[in-house]
Amino acid sequence: MAEITFREALRQAMDEEMARDESVLLMGEEVAEYNGAYKVSQGLWEKYGDRRVVDTPITEEGFTGIGIGAAMAGLRPIVEWMTFNFSIQALDQVLNSAAKMLYMSGGQFNIPMVFRGPNGPAEWLGAQHSQALQSYFAHIPGLKVVVPSTVYDAKGLLKSSIRDNNPVIFMEGELMYGWKGEVPEEEYVIPLGVADIKNEGTDVTLVVHGKPYRIAMEAVKVLEDQGISAEVVDLRTIRPLDEDAIYESVRKTNRCVVIDESWPFASVGSHIAWLVSKNCFDDLDAEVELISSEDVPMPYNHTLELHAQPSVEKIVDAVKRVMYLD
Amino acid sequence: MAEKIEMVALSPTMEAGVIVKWSKKVGDEIKSGDVLCEVETDKATMEYESMDEGTLLSIIVDEGAEVPVGQLIAIIGEKDEDVSAIIEEAKKAPVKAEEKPAAKASEEKAPAKAVKQTSGSRPTSRSGKIKASPLARKMAEEAGVPLNSVDGTGPNGRIIKRDIEKAIADGPATQVASSMREQVIQVSKKRKIIAQRLAESKYGAPHYYLKLSINMENIIAARKQINAKAKEKLSMNAFIVKFVAEALRRHPQVNASWQGDTIVQFGQVDIGLAVAQPDGLITPVVRNCESKGIAAIDQDMKVLIDKALNNRLQPQEYTNATFTVSNLGSFGIEEFTAIINPPGAAILAIGKSEKTPIVTANDQIVIKPMMKVCLSCDHRVIDGAVGATFLKDLKDMMEDPIRVLL
Repeated sequence: MAEITFREALRQAMDEEMARDESVLLMGEEVAEYNGAYKVSQGLWEKYGDRRVVDTPITEEGFTGIGIGAAMAGLRPIVEWMTFNFSIQALDQVLNSAAKMLYMSGGQFNIPMVFRGPNGPAEWLGAQHSQALQSYFAHIPGLKVVVPSTVYDAKGLLKSSIRDNNPVIFMEGELMYGWKGEVPEEEYVIPLGVADIKNEGTDVTLVVHGKPYRIAMEAVKVLEDQGISAEVVDLRTIRPLDEDAIYESVRKTNRCVVIDESWPFASVGSHIAWLVSKNCFDDLDAEVELISSEDVPMPYNHTLELHAQPSVEKIVDAVKRVMYLD
Repeated sequence: MAEKIEMVALSPTMEAGVIVKWSKKVGDEIKSGDVLCEVETDKATMEYESMDEGTLLSIIVDEGAEVPVGQLIAIIGEKDEDVSAIIEEAKKAPVKAEEKPAAKASEEKAPAKAVKQTSGSRPTSRSGKIKASPLARKMAEEAGVPLNSVDGTGPNGRIIKRDIEKAIADGPATQVASSMREQVIQVSKKRKIIAQRLAESKYGAPHYYLKLSINMENIIAARKQINAKAKEKLSMNAFIVKFVAEALRRHPQVNASWQGDTIVQFGQVDIGLAVAQPDGLITPVVRNCESKGIAAIDQDMKVLIDKALNNRLQPQEYTNATFTVSNLGSFGIEEFTAIINPPGAAILAIGKSEKTPIVTANDQIVIKPMMKVCLSCDHRVIDGAVGATFLKDLKDMMEDPIRVLL
């Protein structure tokens, strides 16, 4: 098995799918000649040329709409948003065209396409460029929302997303691009809608998706040293949500801490906390805890910036609360 | 000269009384017949009327205290008379403080309880519910562990998984969970008397029971007709009491009492009617039922029942029934057996009048309002055949009232 970076895994996924299917194309700001703002599309323009790797103007609403039109016409576009902060410009296209087209056309038009880019806070980017927006998209019926947390998952999930016949929101993380991980030489795909138990445990269930997976796993080590066995349920896909995997774990551990780097109000995390409270009511020995970002715009000051986000310490504290150990 | 006012027996069975309320205060002028105080006897709250005149010089026994008959409770004399010697004397025979047997009993009982008692909190919310995690509740239910026997170690005493696990490990539960709480209720004087008299009767008098059903068709119809024209409606109990009285007049062996060496056959029919009160029951007595009509009996009963419900019956109004009737038909009771109310030797338990299919002499099934009655007899006084003949006569008269005139 080769150890590669997260961005390389994404590149391999796109490369393999473009080679496999001529209708797959990549479009976005700086994706072609500049090899992508975060170098995810490195070498793809050279390999596939102008027709299949397209630099667009800085007009998110415009090129997102063009991508949706191309999907309706039979292509399988990958639209790269330089970050999800800019996706908000294109939200109308996603919400009112991509997500609803199949429904409103009476099943005539599939939108087989992927919208991808980095989501969530990185560092020193200020309030406007440090936010996790998955709940905006997870809110919309008609979309699939994929949130990989490892290099291996990123490649397998992106390949499945490109092959899916529905609009898929694929959320990466700027800080994740340099993460390293092993991927097999042979081709593999990971089905959408199936969660993954990243660590088996007996005392508490940590439900996580995307970038905070890493601090969740660090928390597992800290807890292990204190004799607490935590199970990590990595959602991989927010929509469709693998509810059964969550419930099965909670029914085993009787305690649940949900981790989501979004703001807490009406978030993916708060929704999962409700689902667990509702569906595992008789199995819970404690309230469901939610570890989210603080309910404030992201501070630029780095100390405050870190404090505003989920951390290993916050997760460990929450686990101790639900285990009545504090 | 100062007069000692002592507790007197205000009912035939009273041995002691509780002074509920003083109606006069020290210094008041007392005339003969004035109410000095109210006394709770074994059956009712009675007014204690003064037979002496003068000034109330001293109250020896405070309100709420129980004193035996014969004990000094107050002093009446001439104004400014020195009664310190009498008071001093009274102090030597101190007033018996009201006993608290119930409290004592509960103290004794606590350690003997089957449930394991452990220290710690029994967490309850403001609504009185026990706080427990959903999982703990489920586990407790499955294991049969009553939550109120488990100590909660979670926040604010919440019962959590580990508490139930500990409770299970500590030993099998001996009780199922209950939403009820044990209460210890002090026994009132009245209830003590009821308990004592009924136990005496049930264990002392060998009871036997005779049951039959009475077709009430004619009496119901007659009552309906009479009441349609009457200003005051006559109760069904008045009809029943009258027929019972007539049957007793014809069977004086049943209207009798066991007196050890003798059996008394009473010269009148005084029928007691059991009346439920919130704190017990009482049987006001309608006198001379053998020579009263239904309307007169009904009038007497209304006055007595009203007094009974207001705790104002005088002893002569609830004692010495020669026979008793107890009617639980209004509760939907079909039939029951009653305990004889001494000094009588029999009691008639009346059930509900209910539409019942019966088979006629020529094998037809017809629906009639049938009332089941049960006669409890003291076998020392009434032999089986005597009781049976009495009951059959009663049935025949009630089903065919013209027979009363035969």
